[in-house]
Amino acid sequence: MTDALVPKVASPKAVLAAVTADHSEGMGYLETLPRRLVTLYLPLSLILLVLLFPFYWMALTAIKPDEQLLDLDRFNPFWTWTPTFKHIYKLLWETYYPSWLLNTMVVAIAATSLSIIASVLAAYAIVRLRYRGAQWVGAAIFLAYLIPPSILFIPLATVVFQYGLFDTPFALILTYPTILIPFSTWLLMGYFKTIPYELEECALIDGASRWQILVKIILPLAIPGLISAFIFCFTLCWNEFIYALTFISSTQYKTVPVAIVNEFVDGDIYRWGSLMAGALVGSLPLVILYALFVEHYVSAMTGAVKE
Amino acid sequence: MTDMAELALKSAVADRPVPDVSPWDRLKVNRDWLGLWFMLPTAAFLLLFLAYPLGLGVWLSFTDARIGRPGEFVGIENYEWLWDDSVFWLSVFNTLLYTGVASTFKFAIGLYLALLLNQHLPFKAIIRAVVLIPFIVPTVLSAIAFWWIFDSQFSIVSWSLRKLGLIASNIDFLGNIWNARWSVIFANIWRGVPFVAITLLAGLQTVSPSLYEAATIDGASRWQMFRYVTYPLLTPIIAVVMTFSVLFTFTDFQLIWVLTRGGPANATHLMATLGYQRAIGGGYLGEGSAIATAMIPFLLAAILISWFGLQRRKWQHGESND
Repeated sequence: MTDALVPKVASPKAVLAAVTADHSEGMGYLETLPRRLVTLYLPLSLILLVLLFPFYWMALTAIKPDEQLLDLDRFNPFWTWTPTFKHIYKLLWETYYPSWLLNTMVVAIAATSLSIIASVLAAYAIVRLRYRGAQWVGAAIFLAYLIPPSILFIPLATVVFQYGLFDTPFALILTYPTILIPFSTWLLMGYFKTIPYELEECALIDGASRWQILVKIILPLAIPGLISAFIFCFTLCWNEFIYALTFISSTQYKTVPVAIVNEFVDGDIYRWGSLMAGALVGSLPLVILYALFVEHYVSAMTGAVKE
Repeated sequence: MTDMAELALKSAVADRPVPDVSPWDRLKVNRDWLGLWFMLPTAAFLLLFLAYPLGLGVWLSFTDARIGRPGEFVGIENYEWLWDDSVFWLSVFNTLLYTGVASTFKFAIGLYLALLLNQHLPFKAIIRAVVLIPFIVPTVLSAIAFWWIFDSQFSIVSWSLRKLGLIASNIDFLGNIWNARWSVIFANIWRGVPFVAITLLAGLQTVSPSLYEAATIDGASRWQMFRYVTYPLLTPIIAVVMTFSVLFTFTDFQLIWVLTRGGPANATHLMATLGYQRAIGGGYLGEGSAIATAMIPFLLAAILISWFGLQRRKWQHGESND
């Protein structure tokens, strides 16, 4: 697998070296097709192939009949003419999978909504109320973004236990915002800064309170930013693993990623079909959501980095 | 507008003298007071579930706490224990190797992919959307696909290489020490490249084309254009992206947990997975916390490096604080 990587890494240098020899032109549209084929289309398709292959493999495995899964020589492993929905059917009707999906969905929506509400208030206060020390609080929130769950989960487990939240969905709903709030606050701060302050001044002169300004002027104008923050936070919740693994022990309260890793891995040699079906079905909601809001998602990701 | 306001003000002043503005009314428009209320939900979350556990984690690392038993202060015993623990040092080595190799490749391939995507392409928007899919799909779920791809008997990679005549027998991807290390690093690179590529692409798109035109007129080669136009303008965003990338790689847990759980022979244990194994698996909360706390200096170093990277940018551009 690593061998496959080497040519890709060598190629930028090779490409650049090939290009360095040429001093005559630099504008993209003047390039000839064969050269674009080598310098652009070929490496790009290679990278895309590697990036997408695991998903193809996941989807293919999920619909392959068991006997074809393990017999690579008698059947063409890269395709199947006899797709079956047995694995997916088994997943949805013979396991807790639907309730795991529901758990993940509920936790993600609840944690995201809480975080967005808290972040809107905080971001507005930092950017527009400019109370004393606001920029320090902004910096502190950015630092909170840099604290990874991997160093927090051990003490958090004891905290969650002390608060009596252990093994309930609330353990996740209340701890996920610590990952989401710093991110969405920074994103929304950037967004609120772009809304003209004059609008707010007019509203103040007309006698609006800060709360009215936030609800009636800022929020309607910030809807694209809110959607971005929501989509990104939702994806982060769905992806979260270590807290869900540590704080939840009952099978029926688990989220999809944890449940798949813990509940599906038995000694059964034919487990691959249902594992891949589980992974595929667990990914689909996010991929569909992403497909609908690509631009919002990308702007959330790049916006947070640019800040 | 101002005349009206003044008029209104004057009449108000004439009708009602000053004392009518109660302290409560003043408080209602006080920025600090309002700010306090607006910050309350965020502060509650971050103090209760972030700052307190962070402090508690450091405290736990100085105790002999176990699951179900509050610990007593034992000084630096946990750290002394770790200092002599070869598995801990192995995990530090693994973490540094994992972070170093994966981040370097993610940066190189990500930047290359960003440069490719920044060119004139048909279906550019679709390709860009597709590139990001590995980043959207939950890590655990794609890691499971990799687990299957890295299977010792039925790996499609082994099969293909065997059919091509490149290898004689199946590769034991996750059973052999170095194979396992390279395999998890590969999976990490695979997942991280889209993030680096798409964020750097956003940076590339802000570079004005007129700069390239000027460089072309001056006779700059493609490499010179990259080195003296693109790269300097991209440095600040590279600093931020790579800080995040290094932070998240260093503290990675999911990928390792799904693919190897630290095995074979602890060869792929990262500090995070070892901490989990000791604290939650073994019940030694104190020792696990000490491992987690030991990650903090590394993280601080990563943040400081990126901070100074950003500072240099500001100094170069002659910007004041923004």
